[in-house]
Amino acid sequence: MEHIRTTKVEQVKLLDRFSTGNKSLTGTLYLTATHLLFIDSHQKETWILHHHIASVEKLALTTSGCPLVIQCKNFRIVHFIVPRERDCHDIYNSLLQLSKQAKYEDLYAFSYNPKQNDSERLQGWQLIDLAEEYKRMGVPNSHWQLSDANREYKICETYPRELYVPRIASKPIIVGSSKFRSKGRFPVLCYYHEEKEAAICRCSQPLSGFSARCLEDEHLLQAISKANPVNRYMYVVDTRPKLNAMANRAAGKGYENEDNYSNIRFQFVGIENIHVMRSSLQKLLEVNGTRGLSVNDFYSGLESSGWLRHIKAVMDAAIFLAKAIMVENASVLVHCSDGWDRTSQVCSLGSLLLDSYYRTIKGFMVLIEKDWISFGHKFSERCGHLDGDPKEVSPVFTQFLECVWHLTEQFPQAFEFNEAFLLQIHEHIHSCQFGNFLGNCQKEREDLKLKEKTYSLWPFLLDDQKKFLNPLYSSKSQRFTVLEPNTVSFNFKKLSSVKISNQMVSSPRNYYIQFIQNHLSSKLLCVLKNRLYYQ
Amino acid sequence: MEFSELIRTGRAQAELLPGPEEPPLRGTLCVTGHHLLLSPGPPSTADLWLLLLRSVDSIEKRVAGDSGTITLRCKDLRVLQLDIEGVEATLDIARSIEALSSLESVITSFPFFYRPKGLRLGDAWHFHPPECYYKRVARETNAWRLSEVNQDFSLCPSYPRAVIVPRAVDDDALARSARFRQGGRFPVLCYHHAPSGTVLLRSSQPLTGPQKRRCAEDEDLLRAVLAGAHPGARGFIVDTRSAQAAKQARMTGGGTEAKAAYPGWKRLHRPLERGRALQESFVRLVEACGDPEQSMDRWLSRLEGCRWLAHVKEALSTACLAAQGMEREGACILVHGAEGRDSTLLVTSLAQLILDPLSRTITGFQELVEREWIQAGHPFQLRCAHSAFSHARPKHEAPTFLLFLDCVWQLGRQFPLSLEFGEGLLLALFEHAYASPFGTFLCNSEKERCLCEVRTRTHSLWSGLNHLKEQRKLRNPLYVLNPLAIWPSVEPQSLRLWQGLFLRWTRPPESSEVAWEKVWQIVTEREKTEGSQPTAST
Repeated sequence: MEHIRTTKVEQVKLLDRFSTGNKSLTGTLYLTATHLLFIDSHQKETWILHHHIASVEKLALTTSGCPLVIQCKNFRIVHFIVPRERDCHDIYNSLLQLSKQAKYEDLYAFSYNPKQNDSERLQGWQLIDLAEEYKRMGVPNSHWQLSDANREYKICETYPRELYVPRIASKPIIVGSSKFRSKGRFPVLCYYHEEKEAAICRCSQPLSGFSARCLEDEHLLQAISKANPVNRYMYVVDTRPKLNAMANRAAGKGYENEDNYSNIRFQFVGIENIHVMRSSLQKLLEVNGTRGLSVNDFYSGLESSGWLRHIKAVMDAAIFLAKAIMVENASVLVHCSDGWDRTSQVCSLGSLLLDSYYRTIKGFMVLIEKDWISFGHKFSERCGHLDGDPKEVSPVFTQFLECVWHLTEQFPQAFEFNEAFLLQIHEHIHSCQFGNFLGNCQKEREDLKLKEKTYSLWPFLLDDQKKFLNPLYSSKSQRFTVLEPNTVSFNFKKLSSVKISNQMVSSPRNYYIQFIQNHLSSKLLCVLKNRLYYQ
Repeated sequence: MEFSELIRTGRAQAELLPGPEEPPLRGTLCVTGHHLLLSPGPPSTADLWLLLLRSVDSIEKRVAGDSGTITLRCKDLRVLQLDIEGVEATLDIARSIEALSSLESVITSFPFFYRPKGLRLGDAWHFHPPECYYKRVARETNAWRLSEVNQDFSLCPSYPRAVIVPRAVDDDALARSARFRQGGRFPVLCYHHAPSGTVLLRSSQPLTGPQKRRCAEDEDLLRAVLAGAHPGARGFIVDTRSAQAAKQARMTGGGTEAKAAYPGWKRLHRPLERGRALQESFVRLVEACGDPEQSMDRWLSRLEGCRWLAHVKEALSTACLAAQGMEREGACILVHGAEGRDSTLLVTSLAQLILDPLSRTITGFQELVEREWIQAGHPFQLRCAHSAFSHARPKHEAPTFLLFLDCVWQLGRQFPLSLEFGEGLLLALFEHAYASPFGTFLCNSEKERCLCEVRTRTHSLWSGLNHLKEQRKLRNPLYVLNPLAIWPSVEPQSLRLWQGLFLRWTRPPESSEVAWEKVWQIVTEREKTEGSQPTAST
């Protein structure tokens, strides 16, 4: 509370960004420890969570007061006019402090109290059980087993404790391989396709430099391909552009040399790194946020932001995975640099295409819990939960949600959940209200004792399930077992627009909705047209 | 003329590839006067496949060895491939199709021979005569009358027999005003906005010429419009050309209303693209949509480069301007460009959709198309002679009507509950405007339609559509009457490519149809259980 100098300012104006004239609402602005609250004369409340604030800007004083522009991480932009500059300055300073916390313990999740007792809280955390999930996939089995190598986080700090590896890979091989992989992230099972007996595995880049080899790593890859009884070769997919991967060799990292590994087929898929994605989103938001653009300026802005190109690259890679398993029966090993950004995107989307379970509400939670949270996608750094290095912030997970959104548009009946569900998850990766997305890996979460001190988001979403159901979902439809995008419809934009426009009509348009809605026509089209077709 | 002269080969063995996802069809190919038929051989149980020759936009032939391939690009943007046995047969069939698909004569066209079961000739033609709309206007105001001054089309060949004009202006004055307007298109009423008491009018440009001529009767007419609305009413003249272009038109005898001559009226220029530039935009967009191998950046820059969405934006925002003038400012609006038969109709019809809830129903929309496009003299035959694939140099072709349909589609997307009709109706209108077994879109004006006896000798598309078994495809299951004006967002962020039309044949429609069917199910089930329609959220 020491940052709050003014708790209440009256006669504040909230500008309506969507009206043509400069309409505004007058009301009172309250500053609490967790939220900024605006109540207008009709008693309508606008809540802004401090953690959602991406930037605060104080503009030059005008005749009607001092403008304060707040940009949120959920892409909302709020424009206040505070009558007295002093008040504005106080609020500005407080928000600057409150929106950037230095310690995890100061985040909202540690004070949020939904009035549940400890056992309810624990039950909530147990809702998603990954061991159960691997059992559902069909592991352990005669080819794959649970390894205890990382039980104490000794081999890899950013991996979970429980890892599944080929049965024939012994512990020395695993340890040896982990020493040859960036951050110790050796190849492990990520998704197992029971029917095809093929697997999606993930890891980080090898420390191969220009010529280094590691026999254990080569053995481990061989073990993975042997674990697939149908197809002896496996794909190794490096999700980076080739140039980036080659540059890494100079730093003693790099990519697999096909000559050293037996039976691998190596493939680059060219997804750009987090820095490119960050600036791409920045440009996209600029274009989307500009009013009065001409159609041509809008499209050239859209094109130069590159956002759609990146989305398409991620989709293409996921489709490559699904195809390798479904058509060729081959296992796939995916990595990027550290194996927690692009790798998470591609593995989770690939699984989503392959397995209809992940298209249910519960299954989607499991997917996020498995491929993103447990495998150490650095949520806190990527979402900027704490005041840290701005270069680590990147919309990697947002891109994943957007890709899923595209699939829901293309397959209106294949998903149990709707757009609101995706938006809600997007809100909460930034909100810090629940413990799920805090920290950067499982070990850090355990050290923070999140399961004792915070709540899990998932049970709350499940309680609200009704809001998130897709009325068109048809679980029985067998043809949706694997999403084969050649049954895709280009034009099924109507339903999404129903939802979007309903919201647009009933509430002040949510900026994220508009943002998502904007670039779709073009986006989908190309993604679909080019590559989603199976041959 | 006998069709048989144009048919070089009656039949040949062929294989048809209807699209990327559909199975090929083998059988005997046969060219008739109006159709291309493929009757499958005995092992197949598939039905006869039929294509109206009129819908072929361009034809391409290739021969290799002793067989040939014909690629047909249709006006509804579909691409078909025919593999034909025999080089001679291929060339002959190609020539026959070429000759038959480009026949210009109206009275030998297929609608004059089409006699579907269950429809009576002359049915439904009189669903929407001018009298019908006048009755509605007369209920709302007394300031207007129905004039039959154009009974024999002598005053204005492109107007219908009866038009709605200010009560205070007699037929002689109309005749003089008609002589002062290009093509005789004097200002007539197209919509009366009852809540504000204002009206929407359209005309063609005044023939002021370089000497800045004036016409007292024309001035009186517009004065009477303002007097009939409400005391002190103002008016806006929305000119769909740029100020520069309007000025230049004086050199060729046209021009604009001089400010001093029309007190109370203010002129606004909102340039809309027309003619060849619009056609080229359409062609380039279709080209871009037909290339599946391009990168994302290339696609986006082609989408931008063809400028189609920019035209959509301009059309919608001009319509908003006109509608806003009436609803918000209580002003009368006169819309015209040069001839007043293209962009003018685009603006007036869209403005009505924005303001008038009745025009958003299925019958209301059909009435709107009939009144504001067909009877208002949009030259369909000239504008829709060719679609986007034709190699011929465009002469009079322009996709103005398609642009209108696209704008309506954008409205439907932004207000998904407010239109009673769905995308299916818009697609049907697009198809039938370019090639149709019905007579509705034949000819360029009511006069020509009368001469050809279109109304008595062909069937109406409206009765065809309304007898269609699959009404669900035309209707919007989510429709709820919305009594308010619907103001669309015209920001480029809100506009989308109409994929259902431009990408219609590049993906199978199956999944979207299944989902649509599901929406219908949900809606009908809910209506059954609740016994009433869901209420509007607007």
